[in-house]
Amino acid sequence: MLGALQLLGQKGLDFFQRLGRGNILLLHIVEGLPSLLPRLPLLIRQTYMVGVLSLLIIVVSGLFVGMVLGLQGYNTLVDFGAAESLGTMVALSLVRELGPVVTALLFAGRAGSALTAEIGLMKATEQLSAMEMMAVDPVRRVLAPRFLAGVISMPLLAAIFSAIGVLGGWFVGVGLLGVDDGAYWMQMQDHVDVYDDIMNGVIKSLVFGVVVTWIAVFEGYDAVPTSEGVSRATTRTVVHAALAVLGLDFILTALMFGD
Amino acid sequence: MTTRTIEIWVGVFIAAGLAALFMLAMKVSNLSTYQGETGYELVARFEDISGLKERSPVTVAGVRIGRVKQIVFDDQTLEAKVVMEIEPRHNKLPKDTSASIYTSGLLGEKYIGLDPGGDMESLKQGDEIQLTQDSLVLEKLVGQFVANFINNKSDKKVENK
Repeated sequence: MLGALQLLGQKGLDFFQRLGRGNILLLHIVEGLPSLLPRLPLLIRQTYMVGVLSLLIIVVSGLFVGMVLGLQGYNTLVDFGAAESLGTMVALSLVRELGPVVTALLFAGRAGSALTAEIGLMKATEQLSAMEMMAVDPVRRVLAPRFLAGVISMPLLAAIFSAIGVLGGWFVGVGLLGVDDGAYWMQMQDHVDVYDDIMNGVIKSLVFGVVVTWIAVFEGYDAVPTSEGVSRATTRTVVHAALAVLGLDFILTALMFGD
Repeated sequence: MTTRTIEIWVGVFIAAGLAALFMLAMKVSNLSTYQGETGYELVARFEDISGLKERSPVTVAGVRIGRVKQIVFDDQTLEAKVVMEIEPRHNKLPKDTSASIYTSGLLGEKYIGLDPGGDMESLKQGDEIQLTQDSLVLEKLVGQFVANFINNKSDKKVENK
């Protein structure tokens, strides 16, 4: 009985300590962001690693998600004689939900895990400690550019995902299934609002970008400096980021579209 | 890989992202239809506008020439006051134009249809459309039909006696 309580207390303390360390790290990173200005090449290099290298998976999955939406949406809508609304359905589901969420999940798997592994390995091979010995702050030098690169890349990737998805839905709906081309775009433009839908989607993806990159960077920085520790940290990044994205998505959706 | 290629790729990435956002804004959403719609306003009063929303289309002969800008309840006349914004190039609507609320399709959205009259003078900014017809509410129609039906039956019974 006491043992169980002790275990619970230990887990709880552990959890809150990690949460606290994560928040302190985030503060440090945000503090270090202004010092990035004179060191732009660092940021560009990380944007390449985080953003450009994720492009392929984002484009391909965006295309297929859009095509599947077109196919499924058509089959459902045609029963109600509303196949013309296909454009609305595809665009709204992509811009509001699937764009930000699926991109964030893929981003956590593609870029987040790589970030954690890289930083964790830097810690395990004592590169971070070496930097500290040379009076270089690893948070500013290593973590801040990676964090900012993730935050910049995520909304851009989500926008690309949504745009490609809309084109994929158009390809299947108009090209293969014979929905009227004009109706597809007209219905879409009638029902998708710039501020209510597109801006909220961008805000969502920005929030997801911050959360996913934060988790990835923190897990790497906080990893146990052994090969096992790094592998566990990488796993934790993907799992925690996915859970955080899905949970936050509900809260954000309730706040944005709940009324 | 050299710094130059990396920078070029990052440039391509950011340009593609912004282009995607631009496409979403212009092609997917209603931003492109917002522009140039600072037209003149017309007012119409309806007893029942149920289903009509702000930004619903205003059409003449099936062609959209404007949108509903504002819907308010008028406390004095106890009617709904609908402010429509009409594109400035369509400024030849006759004074005795009438406005009705229609439904596009069986389950479609409500819109305002204007039927031009024959007056020589045309409507201007802030004018009110006098002739209006309310939107058809299915429940009311059914209610009327049932009432008529019952009335007919009781009439027949009286005749039979």
